[in-house]
Amino acid sequence: MKRMADLAVRVEKLWKQYRVGRQPERYSTLRDSITNAFRSPVGVLQSLLRGQGNRRPAGDDHFWAVKDVSFDIRRGEVVGIIGRNGAGKSTLLKMLSRITEPSLGQISLYGRVGSLLEVGTGFHPELTGRENIQLNAAILGMKREELAAKFDEIVAFAEVEKFIDTAVKHYSSGMYLRLAFSVAAHLEPEVLIVDEVLAVGDAAFQKKCLGKMEGVAKEGRTVLFVSHNMQAVTRLCERVILLDNGGVVGDGPAGQLVTRYLSSSEGSTKLREWDDPVRAPGSDVVRLRAVRTRAEDGQPTDLVDIRKPVGVEIEYDVLKSGNIFHPCFSVHNSEGVHLFSAQDTDRTWMRQPRPAGRYTSTGWIPGDLLNEGAMFVGVAIWTLAPDICHFYERDAVAFHVVDSYEEGSSRGGWLGNVPGVIRPFCKWDTQVERNMPEARHTVPQEQIKV
Amino acid sequence: MEQIVKLDTIAGTAVEQEPLLVLRPRTGWQQLGLKDLWQYRELLYFLCWRDIKVRYKQTALGVAWAIVQPLMTMVLFSLFFGRLAKMPSDGVPYPLFVFTALVPWMFFSNGITQSAGSLVENASLLKKVYFPRLAVPIASIIAGVVDFFCSFVVLIMLMLYYGVVPSLSILTLPLFLGLACTASLGIGLWLSALNVQFRDVRYVIPFLTQLWLFATPIAYPSSLLSEPLRSLYGLNPMVGVVEGFRWALLGTETSFGPMLLVSSLASMVVLITGAFYFRRMEVTFSDRV
Repeated sequence: MKRMADLAVRVEKLWKQYRVGRQPERYSTLRDSITNAFRSPVGVLQSLLRGQGNRRPAGDDHFWAVKDVSFDIRRGEVVGIIGRNGAGKSTLLKMLSRITEPSLGQISLYGRVGSLLEVGTGFHPELTGRENIQLNAAILGMKREELAAKFDEIVAFAEVEKFIDTAVKHYSSGMYLRLAFSVAAHLEPEVLIVDEVLAVGDAAFQKKCLGKMEGVAKEGRTVLFVSHNMQAVTRLCERVILLDNGGVVGDGPAGQLVTRYLSSSEGSTKLREWDDPVRAPGSDVVRLRAVRTRAEDGQPTDLVDIRKPVGVEIEYDVLKSGNIFHPCFSVHNSEGVHLFSAQDTDRTWMRQPRPAGRYTSTGWIPGDLLNEGAMFVGVAIWTLAPDICHFYERDAVAFHVVDSYEEGSSRGGWLGNVPGVIRPFCKWDTQVERNMPEARHTVPQEQIKV
Repeated sequence: MEQIVKLDTIAGTAVEQEPLLVLRPRTGWQQLGLKDLWQYRELLYFLCWRDIKVRYKQTALGVAWAIVQPLMTMVLFSLFFGRLAKMPSDGVPYPLFVFTALVPWMFFSNGITQSAGSLVENASLLKKVYFPRLAVPIASIIAGVVDFFCSFVVLIMLMLYYGVVPSLSILTLPLFLGLACTASLGIGLWLSALNVQFRDVRYVIPFLTQLWLFATPIAYPSSLLSEPLRSLYGLNPMVGVVEGFRWALLGTETSFGPMLLVSSLASMVVLITGAFYFRRMEVTFSDRV
């Protein structure tokens, strides 16, 4: 009984089916229907009246985006949902937030659900900041009195007091994002669903968002958090549900599952590709194609021997000729500590404008530098004149540094945990100055302590 | 104090919890979900308000468009049908006769155009948040009421100019506006839901409104038809609306009772079937827009 009582969400045998290739044949044309109408007039009328594929038998042109997913979430839990692209995370969240319907199974919600699938939903560039706050709040289901009480707080959080009556099309992208997130962050549903909100904005803003999310979690509200940002997941969530290929493959403590995700091929964090150039990070000058981590021998890997170098490969398209580009990457550890940033040191391209084309730049992180654990790599490309960051893809890839306890590691003879954020191989040198006769007297206690 | 706490824990633990909401796959015909829609009335209000605010931003003439469109059409019609073709106009000055019809007509044709595209236009919204989808086409119809009132003011001025004084029958005008809303919402629901599935709809609409314009007694009076045919003509809901406007404002003596009844029934049928069709297709919207 008691367990039942503090349920927040119960998902039972949930399935969701999509049609394959729904991108190209997203909408049928009337012509098809008319052609069919000549063949079978009754059939077409039926198909017109029937919803999409509701009762259609599952054939080859259908696939299950979510397969037989069941879990319970109790009140006050902060649960991360992780898995690689296409694992069904977003589909699951869409069903939980009532945007799309399950094909089979059911979801029971024991509280008001608010979802933050994208900040700024419904923002209109022609409307002022104030008007957009009102509109966005209504869209997200905030009542008018609720908004009135929080309006000043929202504006203050977004730091846009001076521009509140200016059309948001005149806002900088930073102001726009801050305002959008601020409205969403002040929602107070019993169950909050968050999808990749933290993937937008600059580092400072992401930090602010993460802080706000932590606040929400501490207030004891139920939060479902989907992200590729493993740092954020480990920081925010105590429990993680790992999805793969539409099904649940793991459900348990966050640290354990994140490590499992990262160290298994399930995570496939060694490689991230953007097939659709429109959705890839970048500008109309340069666009990111792929990021990979490679071992010394050139093989893509996400498990790196602590003694060996690892290459961060950035593949990108230069769309406009004549700019000097500076690719770079940054490495964070799983506690979110920014370990270092690496700039492109290639002498040829440092000064030379690049013609359009596809480029691959690889930066090698030397061996014997990082400590054991998960490392998150963010990549960016800059031009310096003008000073533009064309994209910064945070946590584009991740890899795991492992110590195999073989000879020649910086661990030396120590078998325990080696603390510290880095673990460079320090050359040690010990010399014997002169031989002394063995001590006859006992050494004073203090000296032993040191 | 202690007692309250006790009661609280009893309520929290002993009683098995009822879920607030259960989401299951839906197939077939749905209930209209009007209660849900009512709970989201604030959103409906803001969607309307946004549509109104945004509609004429960055246009040079702004709201004047709501007046210019029917005025220009009136001038054209007066020249071609009034002067050249010498169309009868139930004893009313021809420009006024046409304009009285054009005011509700423009409301209808703009309404169906706007609402037909409304779901696709708000695709980003449909894909990101839940709310009763009916709010979107309804808001776009209601937003058109502002334009209607703008052109209605011009209509009043035109009546003053021609010295036409309406009788008490003007009090029935809201009913005819209601009928126009019913008809445009009904058609709008059908078209918006169809447009999600068949993007051809947006190409069909200009033809549809043009044909419909001539199938409605705007340039000519419905009194050209004799009775059994005239009532049948009422199957076009806009026939009842247009003739209703003329009767309420200009006092044209046309015994259009049976025709009005047919029009009212027709628009109710369109609205109800449209709403159910919309609800049925709603399940697929977020996957298809």
